[in-house]
Amino acid sequence: MTMVKTIEPAAEVLLKKAAQDNVETVFDRYEAQQPQCGFGSLGICCRHCIQGPCRIDPFGNGPRAGICGATAEVIVTRNLLRQVAAGTAAHVDHAYEAVEALELAAEGKIDYEIADEKKLLAIAQTLGLETDGKDKKELAMAVVEAAYQDFGNHTGKPIRWLTANVPQERLAVWESLGILPRNPDREIREALHQTTMGMDADPVNLVLATAKQGLVDGYSGLILGTDIQDILFGTPMPVVTEANLGVLQKDKVNIIVHGHVPLLSEKIVYWARELEDEAKAQGSQGIQVAGICCTGNEVLMRQGVPLATNYLAQELAIVTGAVDVMVVDVQCIMPSLARVAACYHTELITTSPIVKIPGATHVSFSLENADEAAREIVRKAIANFAKRDENKVQIPDYKAKVVAGFSVEAIVEALAKLNGEDPLKPLVDNIANGNIVGVVATVGCNNAKIT
Amino acid sequence: MKQILVRAENCLGCKSCELACAVAHSESKTLYGAVFESPKPQQRVFVEGDGVFNFPLQCRQCTDRPCVHACMAGAMYFDEETGLVQCDRVRCVGCWMCVMVCPFGVIAQGEDHRAVKCDRCRELDYQPACVEACPTKALQFVPVSRFTQSGRKSYLAQIAKEVE
Repeated sequence: MTMVKTIEPAAEVLLKKAAQDNVETVFDRYEAQQPQCGFGSLGICCRHCIQGPCRIDPFGNGPRAGICGATAEVIVTRNLLRQVAAGTAAHVDHAYEAVEALELAAEGKIDYEIADEKKLLAIAQTLGLETDGKDKKELAMAVVEAAYQDFGNHTGKPIRWLTANVPQERLAVWESLGILPRNPDREIREALHQTTMGMDADPVNLVLATAKQGLVDGYSGLILGTDIQDILFGTPMPVVTEANLGVLQKDKVNIIVHGHVPLLSEKIVYWARELEDEAKAQGSQGIQVAGICCTGNEVLMRQGVPLATNYLAQELAIVTGAVDVMVVDVQCIMPSLARVAACYHTELITTSPIVKIPGATHVSFSLENADEAAREIVRKAIANFAKRDENKVQIPDYKAKVVAGFSVEAIVEALAKLNGEDPLKPLVDNIANGNIVGVVATVGCNNAKIT
Repeated sequence: MKQILVRAENCLGCKSCELACAVAHSESKTLYGAVFESPKPQQRVFVEGDGVFNFPLQCRQCTDRPCVHACMAGAMYFDEETGLVQCDRVRCVGCWMCVMVCPFGVIAQGEDHRAVKCDRCRELDYQPACVEACPTKALQFVPVSRFTQSGRKSYLAQIAKEVE
């Protein structure tokens, strides 16, 4: 077992402080979990029905099938499909909330603007919607209707957000495999059905269903969500800012936005700027907002807000003793944050009706009360600044300059300077001639198993 | 001298010890490597349960050693240096006398038609993998005196609770 907990210098500094402050972190709990269950690691235990739990002996001395007869292949692929469906549900739920926000914004019922009309028009055209003579609100409503039609699609036709965005060749491949999704909610429901007691026992069919979930996740989750959020908040363009825990300010009110959705964090950034004078009147030098995880990335790309740290070091941000409020929305929020915050003056604020943590303050956030909630949260941070214990403050002197905000639009716009008519041609040519060996996407959070 | 001892009340029957035992006796010594090996590595600890208690059972290293006495080939032997009963698998002829006389039923048949039993993780410097793998500390590798002391302490705690 390696004793190196992290390769990240700021985290290393704060892990020592956490140990001194008697604060347990994800790294301690990782060690306490060793060794992790081999059956779980191999995915060969099944808890899908009450005959179980069942597990397969991978070495063949013990059971080769669950009580129902499911083999290792069936159990592994059923588990995989369920896990992918759960992740898909998270992304699709996120996107759905963005669609709701665009609807209410277009109707003028909430205080969100339509920031990127160019992208709105581009999406409407991609979807093949009638755009002539429509103002931005009408166009936004047409896009919202198209999105809702995918969620209310009771026909067998595939998801429109997918068919409008993919090359025909790819569409033909997916159709031949029978994995074109029809309605995101229906596919997620079907995956749960398909993996329940006495259902699909064909591992190949289960893997194909998992690929179908991937298409739902991609087109009705990630792309739909990004499209709508870009319309609401603007399409990211390259921005220079800073990253790592050194971005926290000793003399400023520090607010950390953590989670996944920009609906709240955009408002926090806005109100932090608005209430700067209030913060100064309370004896600070102003307000510093910094992000963690995807919420951090959303405001990093669009607002240039610095990134405090990543998933694994979320507790360590609080261990600096310099965070006055950590406000969270959905996904990747460690339940342990409340216990860590209790050791410092930090107020942990949950905002989502589906993410509540005992020990945290809950400020109910909705699209309708977005400004009031964000203002209240920023004011709590200003008030908490006075409670900071200087003896407990240690901000690691580590930060780096980062360039972020490379949206597809930003990349295409940059390439258009080489070839205005066919912007992607220089990229495609250089891949074809071998100058660019390949393209790799590095996606996801860090993991205590590999730091 | 340390012994493998069991707090049966802590055993949840997860069989992590069985997996770890097989991995400890594999070529690769890793879970992901071991599952693809041929012949498959074999466990030497067995979790049995009667519906109330679960019990991970492996060679108890008993002093009368019926397996050694019953072995006509001289494969089962007492290793003076470590004080452990071991099986010299080269000598084993697969007559199964040891299997029949073992009161605990912890000698198994290998794929090579020879006896297989717990060697207390000889290849891992005698650090039992089953004990390392036990998530509830039902399996312990401690001197008998320490095990009995903790038994006495929990008995006292139980009495104190009843007095309250």
